[in-house]
Amino acid sequence: MKIIDTLQETSAALLANKARSGLTMLGIVIGIASVIAMVSIGQGAQRSIQERIQSIGSNLILVMPGFQRGLGFQVSQGRGSARTLTQQDADAIAGLSEGVAAVAPELSGRYQVTAKGTNTNTSVVGVVPAYPDVRNVQIDLGSFVTQQNMLSLSKVAVLGPTARDDLFGTDTNPVGQTIRIRGIEFKVIGVTKAKGGTGFGSQDDMIFIPLSTAQKFLAGDAFVTTISVQAQNQNAMAGLQQEITDLLLARHRISDPQLADFSVVNQNDIVATASSIAQTFTILLASVAAISLIVGGIGIMNMMLTTVTERTREIGLRKAIGATKRDIAMQFLVEAVLLTGIGGVFGILVGVGVSVAIAAFGVLQTAVSLPSIILAVAVSAGIGIAFGFYPAQRAADLNPIEALRYE
Amino acid sequence: MIEISDITKTYVDGPLRFQALRGVSFSIDDGEFVAIMGPSGSGKSTLMHILGCLDTPTSGAYALDGRDVSELDDDELARIRCEKIGFVFQAFNLLPRATVMRNVALPLVYADVPAEEREARARKALKAAGLDEAHYAHLSNQLSGGQIQRVAIARALVNDPSLILADEPTGNLDTKTGEVVLGTFQKLNQEQGRTIVLITHESDVAEHARRIIHVRDGRVIEDSKSHTRRIIHHENN
Ligand SMILES: Nc1ncnc2c1ncn2[C@@H]1O[C@H](COP(=O)(O)OP(=O)(O)O)[C@@H](O)[C@H]1O
Ligand SMILES: [Mg+2]
Repeated sequence: MKIIDTLQETSAALLANKARSGLTMLGIVIGIASVIAMVSIGQGAQRSIQERIQSIGSNLILVMPGFQRGLGFQVSQGRGSARTLTQQDADAIAGLSEGVAAVAPELSGRYQVTAKGTNTNTSVVGVVPAYPDVRNVQIDLGSFVTQQNMLSLSKVAVLGPTARDDLFGTDTNPVGQTIRIRGIEFKVIGVTKAKGGTGFGSQDDMIFIPLSTAQKFLAGDAFVTTISVQAQNQNAMAGLQQEITDLLLARHRISDPQLADFSVVNQNDIVATASSIAQTFTILLASVAAISLIVGGIGIMNMMLTTVTERTREIGLRKAIGATKRDIAMQFLVEAVLLTGIGGVFGILVGVGVSVAIAAFGVLQTAVSLPSIILAVAVSAGIGIAFGFYPAQRAADLNPIEALRYE
Repeated sequence: MIEISDITKTYVDGPLRFQALRGVSFSIDDGEFVAIMGPSGSGKSTLMHILGCLDTPTSGAYALDGRDVSELDDDELARIRCEKIGFVFQAFNLLPRATVMRNVALPLVYADVPAEEREARARKALKAAGLDEAHYAHLSNQLSGGQIQRVAIARALVNDPSLILADEPTGNLDTKTGEVVLGTFQKLNQEQGRTIVLITHESDVAEHARRIIHVRDGRVIEDSKSHTRRIIHHENN
């Protein structure tokens, strides 16, 4: 029997019972659609986390103050509150080796900031001219903090786009205007480009001022809250991380690395950790969805077993007129695979539709990937074979005489 | 061409054993029209299943067209049914949701006859079985009992088998329609030389054949020519 004939026989059988075929298929549609939608949500989350981390710069090593792992627990005093890192530490790191591309110490704090009639509470960061390169910040209007500003302790400020919007209104050009930070007047000299990200810790809701100015007028001391070190390349990072740790341990006169009063974080590690969390999240979502797919498969098997019983006479008749076991098994197997295959195609359409809708309504970022679609097709066909095999075998094994006697 | 000798069939159902055939022997030549007659439960259907290669005998030999078929496996039996045998049953002969055409062409599908040849062969068989062309596109559940049996006969013919086996083909029909169906068998036997084995419990029906084999309790008790043969004179249908 040729496959085209088998397809004709099976499609006729499926069409003869549209409601039942449709409902059984629905189980597969829902299963496949939820797998695709869930995986796309998970991968979207993974991608947006990676983008966020990449947007802070490339090949970055961040040195932050704080007591690391005291006796097995983190005695973190909150970033910036521990005063252990200084400008001299940053200079020492800069002098380390050719592995270092740039060093940008910074001093950040939250202050009340006012302009004409407006005010906002935002993060004010004291920076050095190397900051834009290291932290991947781009200038939209005006210019960034210069070496000259540093030396002369200039009271100049560069606004992040969100801070600009809050103080001067959306899409305005505030260059030349003045703002007050903790009552001290600063002249706006530039605005940075938006990086995206919302809420607390947004890269856009910031105001940059010269580091020297921040130390002198806002903090009143010479400490820094973060030292961003950019490595020459990806390969240099691990070695550099170790060198920085050793250097600072020596400078701070700490012999036991467990008691270090700073932490050195490698951007790759952050990406890897965040990705693995997102991946776990994806797997979790996908396995919940996979359960519904298995339930759909059981629905297929249930329907096929009912069909085989109902059509016992037909099977007997087909055998009497020359159908082999294989012909009968193929007929019922193809019927199951056709059900799951069509269900799979609809499931893909629904799943892609749902994830596009989720992204379009701005709920979450989603990413539908080709591999997940290919996998969905393979899985639905596989389910047809797996759950259709037993009923098909049962049909094929029916004794023609018993089947003909069956009423 | 059919030669059976000392065929027995024992049904085993758990601890129960029932011997439905107790040593049956006869031969049927090409072109014969034979009725196998006996009361209900005498083993007629069991015999037909063996003759039709739907089942194998417990013991004894069966040669069909000179080939021993008593010990073939499932696939080989399916092959033989496909090529050499056409069945007409008492009821449930057709696939309910398929057209007459598709029902008749179905054996050709299993025989791997190319799709483009099927319709012509199905038409030829339907014509020989005397079904009006107006019904070819009908679904089988739109047909009368007599028409259904003609479609079944056409399907039995379509693969040009050497043997047509009919198990109580008129059992569900009224006498008049039954006569028409029996006339169709006679015509196929006379005009095309088809070998036909007709199974029935009614002597009226059996007398349409040329030869009658009487069975009772799994044995042949008489094998003779039909003494009072009934010939159906049919017009052009
Ligand atoms: N599958 C079976 N298992 C057990 N007994 C059977 C089976 N098929 C038929 N029989 C028995 O064999 C005997 C002959 O049956 P059958 O050949 O159908 O008779 P007939 O067609 O002449 O009425 C009956 O008594 C019947 O009950
Ligand atoms: Mg019977």
